[in-house]
Order: sequence, then C-alpha cells, then structure tokens
Amino acid sequence: MIGYVEYGYAKSQNLPFALLENKAGAFVAATSMSGQAALAGAQLPDNLIAWVSDPEGKDAYPIVTYTWVMLYKKYGDKRKLDTLKELFTLAEGFLGQAVYRQLRALGLERRPGLARLPDLVEETLKNLIHLLAAIPSVVYGLWGLFVVIPVIRPACNWLHLKMGWLPLFGTDLAGPGVLPAVIVLSIMILPTITAIATDALLAVPSKLRMAAYGLGATRWETIIGVILPTAARGIFGGVVLAFGRALGETMALAMLVGNANQINVSLFSPANTLAALLANSFPEAGPKQVPVLMYAALVLLAMTLVVNILGALLLQRASAATKGAR
Amino acid sequence: MAATPGSVSSGPFEGVDLDGLERSLRRPRTLVGIILSGIVTAMTLLALIPLFSVVFMLACRGGHRLSLALLTELPPAPLEVGGGFGNAIVGTFFIVGIATLLSVPVGILSAAYLAQASEENRLASAVRFAGKVLTGFPSILAGVFAYGAVVLSTGTFSPLAGGVALFILMLPTVMLTAEDAIRAVPAKMKEAAIGMGATSAQTTWMVLLPTALPGLLTGVMLAVARAAGETAPLLFTALFSNYWLVSHGQWNLMKPTASLAVLIYNFAGMPFDNQVELAWAAALVLVLLVLAANVAGRALSRGQVRY
Repeated sequence: MIGYVEYGYAKSQNLPFALLENKAGAFVAATSMSGQAALAGAQLPDNLIAWVSDPEGKDAYPIVTYTWVMLYKKYGDKRKLDTLKELFTLAEGFLGQAVYRQLRALGLERRPGLARLPDLVEETLKNLIHLLAAIPSVVYGLWGLFVVIPVIRPACNWLHLKMGWLPLFGTDLAGPGVLPAVIVLSIMILPTITAIATDALLAVPSKLRMAAYGLGATRWETIIGVILPTAARGIFGGVVLAFGRALGETMALAMLVGNANQINVSLFSPANTLAALLANSFPEAGPKQVPVLMYAALVLLAMTLVVNILGALLLQRASAATKGAR
Repeated sequence: MAATPGSVSSGPFEGVDLDGLERSLRRPRTLVGIILSGIVTAMTLLALIPLFSVVFMLACRGGHRLSLALLTELPPAPLEVGGGFGNAIVGTFFIVGIATLLSVPVGILSAAYLAQASEENRLASAVRFAGKVLTGFPSILAGVFAYGAVVLSTGTFSPLAGGVALFILMLPTVMLTAEDAIRAVPAKMKEAAIGMGATSAQTTWMVLLPTALPGLLTGVMLAVARAAGETAPLLFTALFSNYWLVSHGQWNLMKPTASLAVLIYNFAGMPFDNQVELAWAAALVLVLLVLAANVAGRALSRGQVRY
C-alpha cells in the first residue's frame, strides 16, 4: 500500500519511500536534495503564494510544495525578533524541522484555553477578590461613613438642586441615606457574584469553546454566543445567592442607611431595612419590643430562606446541566 | 501578470481577498472585540477601586494611631485623650474561641458522617443542603437566635451568648470544607484500613481524620476569619463593655463583653475625633487579624500532600 505523508514524518518514522517518475522521465527518491531541486525552478510572486506542480529538471522530486508560517509584521521586542530569526535559521535545516515541530506542539499544548488570562494575572485578581470578600462588613460601614458619603455628597446635592423636581432626587443627602447604602452593599456582594460566575464560566466544557474557535468565531463572539449562554444558569444562581446575602446584610446598612422608619422615593433620604432595624433596636429593646422585633426577624428569615434555597437549587441544576454537556 | 494588490488572479486562491484575512480595526467584529475587552478591563479595575480605597484609608487613618498603648489600654471616655482597646481584642479572641470549641467537634464529626454516607442517604443530602443554605444565613438572625436561646434564658448579655451566635455562623463553613477534605482522602487508604480489620470508628478516627487534617484546619481557619469580623450577632448577645474580661482576679463570664467589631460600630458614629480614630485603628487591627487567619487557612491547604 502506498500512502502520502509529510517527508519529515516519513523520515522520523523510518518509512520506506517509493521512487516517483518526474516530468523529465527520471525516477527519483524523496531526499532534501531532490526537494530543493524541485523548488529551484519555482518563482515566488509578490503575495508569496506559489504552487510547484510537476517541476522541470532531472533531479526534481515531483510532489513538493512550500509551507507557510504566520508571523506578525512587526515585533516590538528586539530579543523576540532575534530569537525568532535564529529559530527559523535552525528550522531551515533538516534537523531543525523536527525540533521546530516539537516546539510548536509544546507551545500549543501549554495553552489549552485560548481565551484565558495569563496565570499570574488571574491568580492576582482572584486573590484580590478574595480579599474584598474577607473584609468585615463593619469595616465597610466605617469606610462608607467616612469615604463614600463625603465623596458623593456634592454630586447628590447638585442633582437635588438642579433636578429636584424628579422624585428620585427629591431630598438632599444630609448624611446616611439610601444611595450610600446601595453603593457599599453592591461592593460587598460583588465578590459573591464574581466567585460563582467564575466557577460557572470555567465549568463550560472547553470543547464548546474550541468548536466555536474552530468555526472561525472571534474571542468575543465565542464568549457572547457560546460561553455566556451555557454558563447563564450558574451565573443567575450566583446573582440570586448574592441577592440573599444583600437581604441579610446588617452592619454596613445599620451604619449607612440612616435608621429612619420611613419610605421615601428619594435616593438621598434616610430609610431602614429589616436587618438594620434589628441591629439598632435589639440592644435596648424592652419586654414589649422584643416580640415585635422577633416577628421582624421571622419575616427576614422567611425572605432570605426562600431566596437562598432558590439560589442553591438553581446552582445545583446548573452544574447538573453542564455536566451533561461535558 | 497584472494582479491587483491583495487579490489573486490565478491558482487555487483565485478571487480570494487576501487583505481581508488580515486583522484590521475597520472590520466590525475586530472593533467590537477590542471595545468589549476594554469594557471588561475597565469593570475589573472599577471593582478593585473600593478595595484599594479601603486598604489605603485603613493604613492612613488607622496606621498612625498604632502603638502598644492601643493594645493594652481600655477604651477612652468621650472627651478623654489616648486610650486603646485591649479589652476588645481579648474579648474577640475569647468569643471566637468559644464558637470554635463548639463548632469544631460538631462540624467535623458531622462531616465525617456526610463524607461516608451513601449517595442515596436522605438524611445526609438534607443536612448538606441545610448547610449550604445556612452559609447564606443572615448573621443578624444568628444573633436573634442566641438572644432568644441564651440571653433570655440566662437573663444577661454574655460572651457565651456571643459564642453561640458565632458558632451557628461557623458551623456550615467548618462542616462543608471538612466534608470535602475527608472525601479527598483516597479510597485505597480507607479500604486498606478496613482490610486490616479496623472498625469504621477506628478507620474514621485513625485514618480519615488524620489524613484530612490540613483540609479540616483550613475550614476552621476560614470560619474563624469570618466569625472574627462578624458584628451583627454580637450587638445584642455579647453587647459591649468598657472593662476587662478578667478584672480583680475574677472572670466576668456572665457580663457584657467587648469585641473589636462592636467597638468599631460604636465608635464610628461618635462625634469625638479620638474615638473615631480608635475605630479606624481597631478596623485596621481587625482586618489584619482576619487576613492572617485567612492566609493561614489557605496556606495550610496549599501545603497539603496529594496522594
């Protein structure tokens, strides 16, 4: 049986060669000499696309073609350029071919998920997000009181002055209020969402990603068209869990929301939440207040339980679904 | 041959626009990709701004008050100068210690059961699900529970009540990480122990738990780190005190006790600069303690031998 494989492969596997008859009528063996003889007569056009079909010459091996290597036009790093030049000088030699193939195989193998960040950046970001989650909520409250409120107050009061007719900006920000509480709370639940969403995105089987790349999708077409829809359930479960966290979050809100038992549409007016109410009223509660506060705690418990169970179920189903696709 | 630049007029690539294969910003899909990458990077940086701001403020406003007096003296009265929060540090360690003593046996032993229960075990999956739900349990409700169970029945605010509240918050973390750690022990070790004639109690006690020890400790340290920073459950269980836990040679076990977290909360709202500064310094100390516990926990599991 006669097959057609690449010369380097045949050589490395010690396959026996067949002699082929060329245009000049001579039977030639495949060697690097006969290959060079075939290419000697070829001319390279401007776009470098040349086909050497049935070459002239007595010593020319009849099936020879060029290999292309894709490189950037320019390299910013001169050392990289020099190394590449060296590599290709080496690769031109016969022995170099084998080395080059090995290197290429290694290089591809080391980067299985093409859309991943470099490990160091990924690791650093992950640790920073862990850090964000590890900071106690009372410290966030302190920070909100002394950093967030002074920073946003001028902008809020300007909005109230210019657009006070909008109910949303109906009052000015005197100190603690809804908006600072919202800002700090969103920072506090961010690590939960990030951590669960990261897990969901990593759980997408890499063959889906590879298939999308293989069809010619760009990185972002892959992310939007394939990865996000596949991970959507998990991400949504994470958002629900984070919502549950926010419902029960106490200290930052007790310090920032203003503890006013009122409901106002304005973003800048003080308000109250169940958890903050408990935190502020329980320490000094008399025998008449304790049952009322216990009832408030029961309502809070019911709300968070429903949301948390929903989130946990969503995540469970999501991980079952991606397992099926694997 | 009059070839227009970029297109090929002969050969197998005839009519193919080769320039079109190059990466060009004029193509919408390239441009969209770059814009989206930019947005993602910007959002990541935006998410990190609060972190750097918190760390910067802690270092600035808390750092300059850091001294030995801070760790050894009692909290100052409103117009007093100086002072510290030594009693709050002791109180935090004491309350978290009680919580750890309660949660470690319960958490690890239940994890030993969960890890060895079969897949169909209804009780095990119910406990596991409850544990997962409990990780999202609002910390203030743990305080309400401890208030009802301990404060109302003993009639006084105490570190014990605070410890019970923190125990509820630590339990799911300890239990779930311990279950993972015990599950990670290779089956061959367990089978070898059973093959040698060990009872299942001996297997658990002498093979599974010692092998899983680094993982168990990681879970405990992470739970401690979380508990040390909790404020809400302590507000109306341990309350606060301006005095030492041990004074005049006797333990004030059934009296209100100070903790760092509650000190920060109390002093943050004060109009007196000295107390606000102390709140920042206490926040710095608390964050350092929490981070130390966190890093220690993660380092323990990183050094773990894989079988």
